[in-house]
Amino acid sequence: MLHTFVALVEDKPGVLTRVASLFRRLNINIVSLTVGHSERVGVSRMTIVCDASPTAGHRIAASLYKLENVLEVDDVGQLSHVARELALIKVAATPKTRSMVFELVEVFRARIVDLAPESMMIEITGVESKIEGLIQVLNENGDRILEISRTGRMVMRRGQHTSRVLEAMRVPGIELPEDKIVDDGAAPSDVLMAEETGL
Amino acid sequence: MGTAKKNPSQSTSHAGNTTASGRVGNATRLTGSEMIWATLEGEGVDVVFGYPGGAILPAYDALRKFPIRHVLVRHEQGAAHMADGYARASGRVGVCVATSGPGATNLVTGIATAMLDSVPIVCITGQVSSKVLGTDAFQEVDITGITLPVTKHNYVVTRAEDVARTIREAFLVAKSGRPGPVLVDITKDAQQATAEFDFAAAAPKPHRPHPMLKTESASILAAAELIRNAKKPVILAGHGVLQSRAGAELRTLAERMRIPVASTLLGLGGFPASHPLSLGMMGMHGEAWVNHAIQQSDLLIACGMRFDDRVTGTLATYAPDAKKIHIEVDPAEINKNVKVDVALIGDLKEALEALLPHLAPRDTKGESAWVKEIEASKGECAVRDIRNLPDSGHLYAAHVMHDLWKATEGKAIVVTDVGQHQMWEAQYYKHDEPRTLITSGGLGTMGFALPAAIGAKIACPDKEVWVVAGDGGFQMTAAELATAAQEELDLNIAIVNNGYLGMVRQWQEFFYEKNYQSTPLLSPDFVKLAEAHGIRGKAVKTRAEVLPAVAEAQKHKGPFVINFLVEREDSVYPMIPAGSALHEMIRRPNNPLVETAHDK
Ligand SMILES: Cc1ncc(C[n+]2csc(CCOP(=O)(O)OP(=O)(O)O)c2C)c(N)n1
Ligand SMILES: [Mg+2]
Repeated sequence: MLHTFVALVEDKPGVLTRVASLFRRLNINIVSLTVGHSERVGVSRMTIVCDASPTAGHRIAASLYKLENVLEVDDVGQLSHVARELALIKVAATPKTRSMVFELVEVFRARIVDLAPESMMIEITGVESKIEGLIQVLNENGDRILEISRTGRMVMRRGQHTSRVLEAMRVPGIELPEDKIVDDGAAPSDVLMAEETGL
Repeated sequence: MGTAKKNPSQSTSHAGNTTASGRVGNATRLTGSEMIWATLEGEGVDVVFGYPGGAILPAYDALRKFPIRHVLVRHEQGAAHMADGYARASGRVGVCVATSGPGATNLVTGIATAMLDSVPIVCITGQVSSKVLGTDAFQEVDITGITLPVTKHNYVVTRAEDVARTIREAFLVAKSGRPGPVLVDITKDAQQATAEFDFAAAAPKPHRPHPMLKTESASILAAAELIRNAKKPVILAGHGVLQSRAGAELRTLAERMRIPVASTLLGLGGFPASHPLSLGMMGMHGEAWVNHAIQQSDLLIACGMRFDDRVTGTLATYAPDAKKIHIEVDPAEINKNVKVDVALIGDLKEALEALLPHLAPRDTKGESAWVKEIEASKGECAVRDIRNLPDSGHLYAAHVMHDLWKATEGKAIVVTDVGQHQMWEAQYYKHDEPRTLITSGGLGTMGFALPAAIGAKIACPDKEVWVVAGDGGFQMTAAELATAAQEELDLNIAIVNNGYLGMVRQWQEFFYEKNYQSTPLLSPDFVKLAEAHGIRGKAVKTRAEVLPAVAEAQKHKGPFVINFLVEREDSVYPMIPAGSALHEMIRRPNNPLVETAHDK
């Protein structure tokens, strides 16, 4: 089963190794790991997705907390959250076959961020299933995928909750139904992103 | 790492703290090297175990200015074990020091030993200059990388101004929560540079307790309820009883509710062995009645133990009818091996203090049926016990342990190595006091006993300290005999010499058709080896010689080695084969006498 953890960690050399080493020692495969700055100075935020037994969540969180550089751990579990992943996909396309790709990109609310004589680069943001959907369709269409770069999942809980509050709230009965959790993953700031790409 | 705060006002306000070296109470400019010792001194350290070398030489050069005793070891593994033995005997943080590269890597086994048994030690290693870090400079090794999985935490210090703060934090980390080893790697240039030193200002932030600790009243009440209603409860006492100093509370719980107490190997001494409610050691080499009691119980109260595979046997059949209460300081241990019904996650002593007011004394008109039932099951085992058989002229390790216990009135600190002798000691030496058995449980490190005993003797100079080692393990760190001689330690050393890597031979006998591959062992004449170090020694071949030899060692001031030439192919019983259920044990044979090499 996939588990998703958000960990706030000190932004110091070696912290990533300590976190990664913990999963290695527990013999748990990390499916994806994203790291970047958080809202706090000197604190990085990690989203860790791993494949482990359904009961492993407690032990993983407890073990993460044992690392001196880990400040906060949130086992996102099934609670209401937004999950996103960004992918860059380069496909082989000539001027003749481009329009097909443009159409697909439109349907998936993705965008083209680079155009070269023999290739195009697609940027897509959303939940994993949406990204995988686009990749599948591109494959089925016979569009040759040249390169894929994916960030892995990033998550944030909905509403104004620190993980402490959520910890206290983590009781059966308040969990939202499954369908409310999964989100279509539409990029909220199309305009901004279009400007950035210059297209 | 932030810069240590320069705070001139501290220098006057803490002037009263000035220690022997005059450095702790004042903000002064010191070299990084001086700061290492000044900080250790401030943390109350008066002895370190170490070995010098190029990258730690600046620190060694500064040592003469400080009132800290340095024990020169013969191998850095010994330094780590000595710090470990010091910590286990005293309850304080042990400190060892080594140079970069090979010095640091030699510590690793000792660090891992402390990690697996949750022992607070601080290891200080020299490192090449920060300017050449990462260039494979002479004697450069990535020791923080190497020790990452076997330390609670580790640090690299590249600036003098970070030395005090880092070492102080290391002490805090080592002893807080579930204790463990911490390594501080200090580059040579950080040792040589100068900076402002202010011990008080370098105090670390208070340690944040693990956020998943949980001893809320609902769980306390649930635990109390289970205890009140249990008909066949057993307390499982682990190392946490010693580390949390919860012996008195544990005893109150046991006596008030008339609950028998089984101990893990590391828990021995946490509850007096001579107490009527003491069952003794559980697990792989626990007595049959102990493991049967656990298997038949309806409630296990696990106190500061972690359901290690050596005490549970196969998990699928472990105590099938028992509810489980787990009182444990490390949240990551909850439901790891055994699923529990109630978890009190926090300091054991505090949890027991919170629990006890909810438990009214059990009505004790005579002992409970449960305690009587267990008592009855002991009798049958006793018949097979080697101590109850007539002296056949053979010397058994069990005899040696039993007599040693008698001769020392059970009051010595016994430091054991790893193997059969370790189990015989645990079975036949009855420990009534905490911290009187020091042994490598989790890692099972051969070579542990002699150096750890040196550490224990230095921590407790007024205590009688005995090493109990096998002929195999003793040779792994026998070089530390020279350390004991140089330090003129009044240390008694019992070698249980069976001519084999005995525990492995036993497995070969039981599970590998007696294919004694690579287990017969040629040893030096240990008495002569002792004499070569200027140490007195004696060989013992018969039961009758045991007590006089022990008495001679006790009387002698200085190290004393006794080479006990015991039965060669004796085995430790009972034994639960790895992967079997706790009650499926290999029992003591009716006639344990075996043909021996001495007979031929
Ligand atoms: C460093 C190390 N290497 C190997 C082992 C595996 N091992 C466990 S017990 C044992 C035999 C110990 O022999 P000895 O010291 O003579 O003690 P005995 O069992 O004979 O009492 C061995 C090799 C170990 N525990 N530690
Ligand atoms: Mg042996």
